[in-house]
Amino acid sequence: MQLTRRDALAALSAAGIGSVAGCSAPDADSWDEGEPSGDADPELGDDDLETLVALAGVLYPSEVENVGEFVTEWVRPRVRERPEHGRGMLDAVATLNEYAESLEGAAYADLDAGTREELLSYMAVDTADPDPDGDDDQRVRYYLVNDLLFGLYASPTGASLAGLENPPGYPGGTASYQRGPE
Amino acid sequence: MSRVQSSQDRTPTENADVCIVGAGPAGAIVADRLAAAGHEVVVLEAGPRFDPDDREERMETHLRPGDDTPIWGMGGPRDAYTSGGDRFYPLNAARVKGVGGSTLHWQGMVMRLHEQDFRLDSELGIAEDWPIDYADLRPYYAAAEEALAVAGASDNPFAPPREQPHPLPAFPPSYSDSLFAEACEELEITTHSVPNARNSEPTDGESACVGYGTCRPICPSGAKYHALRHVDSAQEEGARVIDEVPVQKLEHDESGERVTAAVYVTPEGEEYRQAAEEFVLAAGGVETPRLLLLSESEQYPDGLANGSGAVGRYFMDHLFAGVGGRLDERTRQKHVGFNTTESHQFYDREDASRGAIKLECLNYAGPAPADIAMGAESFGDDLLEEIRAGYGNHVAMGALVEQLPRAENRVTLDRSRTDDHGNPVPEVVWSLDERTRRTIERANEIQRAVLEEMGAEIEWVVGPDSTGPAYHHMGTTRMGTDPESSVVDPDLRTHDLGNLTIGGSSTFVTGGAMNPTLTIAALSLRAADAIESRL
Repeated sequence: MQLTRRDALAALSAAGIGSVAGCSAPDADSWDEGEPSGDADPELGDDDLETLVALAGVLYPSEVENVGEFVTEWVRPRVRERPEHGRGMLDAVATLNEYAESLEGAAYADLDAGTREELLSYMAVDTADPDPDGDDDQRVRYYLVNDLLFGLYASPTGASLAGLENPPGYPGGTASYQRGPE
Repeated sequence: MSRVQSSQDRTPTENADVCIVGAGPAGAIVADRLAAAGHEVVVLEAGPRFDPDDREERMETHLRPGDDTPIWGMGGPRDAYTSGGDRFYPLNAARVKGVGGSTLHWQGMVMRLHEQDFRLDSELGIAEDWPIDYADLRPYYAAAEEALAVAGASDNPFAPPREQPHPLPAFPPSYSDSLFAEACEELEITTHSVPNARNSEPTDGESACVGYGTCRPICPSGAKYHALRHVDSAQEEGARVIDEVPVQKLEHDESGERVTAAVYVTPEGEEYRQAAEEFVLAAGGVETPRLLLLSESEQYPDGLANGSGAVGRYFMDHLFAGVGGRLDERTRQKHVGFNTTESHQFYDREDASRGAIKLECLNYAGPAPADIAMGAESFGDDLLEEIRAGYGNHVAMGALVEQLPRAENRVTLDRSRTDDHGNPVPEVVWSLDERTRRTIERANEIQRAVLEEMGAEIEWVVGPDSTGPAYHHMGTTRMGTDPESSVVDPDLRTHDLGNLTIGGSSTFVTGGAMNPTLTIAALSLRAADAIESRL
């Protein structure tokens, strides 16, 4: 099943990210709100994206295609429009790569598919309770694994793999709830 | 939906006709009616005005495990409470403090009480009759359905008489409803549509429901009724809504017959007194009696409007009963977050042995694919297999079950603990009686029969020991004609203070088993008429 940019947009809609079409005008209301955090906005680099795409290759089923573009379209706006969440993601990417370098001597994206999955088990990410403020395994689970799984399975295409074309969080259920199974 | 900025000027309104405490549905509806009638209205709300632009982000917080941030900010010293009695009461999961009140997180089901609900003592010799009957409330129910833009149909043979169709057409039955319908027909259980306070068609300013499927605790589209609609309308009529100003106490005059001021505190710690001709206390079934108790004075050492001693007593909620399982066929759950089929066949009581039961066919049984994925220990193709096995064939029936009023179930003050302003916290003392347990068991019996008729393998039962509250706080300032045994009169004015009205389900004498907000709205409209006649 081919993942498309539309799927990423749908998933972003479910996550409340409204503007993903390149430049967006800043909201004048936001200028007066919030306190300056002192932290620079997070910048998603090509290496970060490569790590996330490699991780998605482990997490996503083999029947989905075009994972790279989907992940890029899903992640970029989240990092840009939710800086605090984005910093958590980038910190977790760094953590995952530190483990890969330490244990395998290479960045996560440079490992073969089997080793990538084994590393998640070694870190106990597969059994970790997601927690944005938790230990390494919990943060990787929350910011990376669950972020990517949410992006896929809260989208119509991803949830449709299990027979749900309008999953919770996606606007469209009133168009499909009366339909019987195919 | 327009965005209204939080009020920055939190000083009192001069020459206010009406001061309303609480910006939930009861307070908002009264404010709207009285402001539209040309009166100077000010509303004091303890919680903030949430930014509607944040709704989708709140939705993701709800959908994803791991982030324990409260969706609507409940918790902490401001909301401290004590749970007493035999059953733990999860108070902060049950309410929202903010402009819009608990309609920000409610399910949105809106049924009229039945005629029998108003006269349980007369008909069955249990509990007490209301001092009004269905006929008194009937025109206000119709007006409330208009005010909440209720989507419904007149296909319920058990419903009380009505004079006109609902404002919007009902949501049609879901696919899984058709599976329930076959089984129910075989068991001679009549099913029908569900009145919903969510737009089946667009209305002025709000879209039709698009089915985000996250109605509770948040509707990102705004299609589900929320009291901000009436708050916004009231403001357009000139009312003033001040947020983040918890009222600390009500003060009265020397005669003890009239409230003179609501004392409130701003986020900066400034204390002000809001004077008015009339006061409306509409802060929910826990904070309303708490504020009356906190307003004790030399003249009223047991709290304001408490000559009967009934303030805080007779606390009731509805109990949830449910049975769930799986079929060997697809059931198409989780497309929408609301229900489209119910049965009120077991609602009216044949005798005093059990309470009312409202049966619900759920459209959201079992986990969604993303729920399974984010909790799984497998990835890739194995995970997809797990998701395919875990989603798609769940069914479940729920029910609301009646709890009758008992004096020992109550909201009182825990003087050993204080909130962020040094006031004793509320203590909710709550337990179940045998009649309620029997009624839950009867609901389970019916639910089990339906699921077995469907061919389901039953996987879980929520019965008398595992039940929980439906978060409907009722009875703590009960209505009546006798000042010795009730707090407010049939117009919701307190017996003791002539210019103090109480809005909300705390005024219910009994609670039936219907979700209470339509009755709250109807009573609020009735109370607004009474206040208007005095101004």
